[in-house]
Amino acid sequence: MKILVGYKRVVDYNVRIQVKPDGTGVVTDGVKLSANPFDDIALEEALRLREKGAADEVVVVGIGPADLTAHLRNGLAMGANRAIHVVTDEAVQPLTAARTLLKLVEKEQPGLVILGKQAIDDDANQTGQMLAALWDRPQATFASKVEIADGKAAVTREVDAGLEVIEAELPAVITTDLRLNEPRFIKLPDIMKAKSKPIDAIEFASLGVESHDHLKTTHYAAPPKRSKGVMVKDAAELVAALKQKGLL
Amino acid sequence: MSKVLIIAEHLGGKLNPSTARAVSAAAAVKADAIDVLVLADSVDAVAAEAAKIDGVSRVLTIARAENAHPLAAVLAPQIAKAAAGYSHVFAPSTTFGKDVAPRVAALLGVAQVSDVMSVEGSHTFKRPIYAGNAIVTVEAPAEHAVVATIRTASWPAAATGANSAPIEAVTTDAALPSHTRFVELKQGKSDRPDLQSASKVVSGGRGVGSKENFEIIYKFADRIGAAVGASRAAVDAGYVPNEMQVGQTGKIIAPELYMAIGISGAIQHLTGIKDAGTIVAINKDAEAPIFEVADIGLVGDLFKLIPELEAAI
Ligand SMILES: Cc1cc2nc3c(=O)[nH]c(=O)nc-3n(C[C@H](O)[C@H](O)[C@H](O)COP(=O)(O)OP(=O)(O)OC[C@H]3O[C@@H](n4cnc5c(N)ncnc54)[C@H](O)[C@@H]3O)c2cc1C
Ligand SMILES: Nc1ncnc2c1ncn2[C@@H]1O[C@H](COP(=O)(O)O)[C@@H](O)[C@H]1O
Repeated sequence: MKILVGYKRVVDYNVRIQVKPDGTGVVTDGVKLSANPFDDIALEEALRLREKGAADEVVVVGIGPADLTAHLRNGLAMGANRAIHVVTDEAVQPLTAARTLLKLVEKEQPGLVILGKQAIDDDANQTGQMLAALWDRPQATFASKVEIADGKAAVTREVDAGLEVIEAELPAVITTDLRLNEPRFIKLPDIMKAKSKPIDAIEFASLGVESHDHLKTTHYAAPPKRSKGVMVKDAAELVAALKQKGLL
Repeated sequence: MSKVLIIAEHLGGKLNPSTARAVSAAAAVKADAIDVLVLADSVDAVAAEAAKIDGVSRVLTIARAENAHPLAAVLAPQIAKAAAGYSHVFAPSTTFGKDVAPRVAALLGVAQVSDVMSVEGSHTFKRPIYAGNAIVTVEAPAEHAVVATIRTASWPAAATGANSAPIEAVTTDAALPSHTRFVELKQGKSDRPDLQSASKVVSGGRGVGSKENFEIIYKFADRIGAAVGASRAAVDAGYVPNEMQVGQTGKIIAPELYMAIGISGAIQHLTGIKDAGTIVAINKDAEAPIFEVADIGLVGDLFKLIPELEAAI
């Protein structure tokens, strides 16, 4: 079985995002970029499935600009067999990402697609569900445990009420939650090895993906700031303050 | 003319309060009609509850055995059919809504607006990105239906009781897949208030130190009638189950009182509590970032301070 993994590059989760004063975007010049944390988890899960013998090939997919290559090399160094780079300078919204992934799915015929539950830049939480709909296959979102056997995936999902277990026939789309696994660190020899692994570059335009009917972002603003409050010196003062506000 | 279809969320025959919050967002669209769609195996109790929400025009029901559990792959084709004639389809931004709404959007061939915080016009919305560190205004194309999830913490629940909207059964000819099956739901049972709708929440973090120590947090929460939440670090360390996690990847909540105890205040945690009325922080580290957003801060050891608080109440 082949596994396709979504491997998006985003602003590193430790960066404190600043909105540009003119409201046209956020400052991304010179900030650290990393793999979307949920995508590292997706890749780790795919690698573990391969190591267990449930899969034989892991392919990382990135949709983005020409300089995405270095990022995809990290995915190869972590252990993916090869990478597909869909090259585009446009910001790709989830519906376009899903349609693009569908084209790759049709070509590659994977048994499983593992994506992050959300990209921490747009926080959309849509692409996996959209791909599953367009592909007309099962989706198991917010996965915290995955077991593959007999052409089926048993997936434990983190839902508001607790943990839900569903069974999905393969091929299927799984999206990862944080507790699915802890991604491995990349080791130096693996970086060397990754240099000889193939990255297929495909021009976005050549895929014939419809990408016009999307959302237009007209303004960026910083969130309203909470003003700094007061410090109290002991428990009695805290209780008094809360009673005064009518909260106790 | 706007017509909004709201997908009801429910569990065990009870309507989730997030549905009434989505009704408030629909009202902000200045909709001419707000219909609530209930998909279940037995719809009556949930539909009756939905019919009471102020502002609801009609409650539509699709009762099918396949709808016994909320499987997105099964629900989405029915919702997509039922959405014909509506200008907007809203679902709450809970794990239920986040799972099903994008599947509906894709079937309709439209983009989705996630986590609507405010409605600026029938097709213009504000939503958070980068864990709430930026708020964007987005415009959806006017020629398509708008599919959106509603950030529940940004909206009050519409009042309930005065309305009695008509309830109508609808049938769809949607073909339902059998490739996805529900196995089980492991629910932590608790008599405490529900974390997502409670007016007071007490949360513990890594500073609480162990599963056993978390009893201190439960006891204090019970004393003041609060729900209990936790940071991701506390969940990851196994002190509490996952459904208690507050934050970017957990629950986004807006209680009147939020008490963060032994929580450092990472950006991803703060995302979940930005809309709280009063934030109280208790932490032994005076430099902890949580104090930058807390309305009331108290520096000290939680194991000493909590018993003192209980004594002082
Ligand atoms: C993509 C992503 C998503 C994330 N999503 C979430 C999320 O949804 N929710 C979330 O919470 N986190 C989330 N995180 C994790 C987040 O970055 C932090 O790691 C986490 O919130 C830290 O939890 P904490 O504050 O309990 O632990 P710590 O940061 O370890 O803080 C513990 C605090 O307890 C204090 N303390 C210790 N002992 C005592 C004592 N005896 N008395 C008083 N105070 C004491 C310490 O001073 C310290 O400030 C996410 C991270 C990533 C990368
Ligand atoms: N441009 C992209 N390149 C690769 N994967 C992507 C891209 N956009 C979205 N994805 C995948 O879809 C997931 C969810 O993204 P989103 O729906 O934008 O929150 C991500 O975690 C990725 O796995």
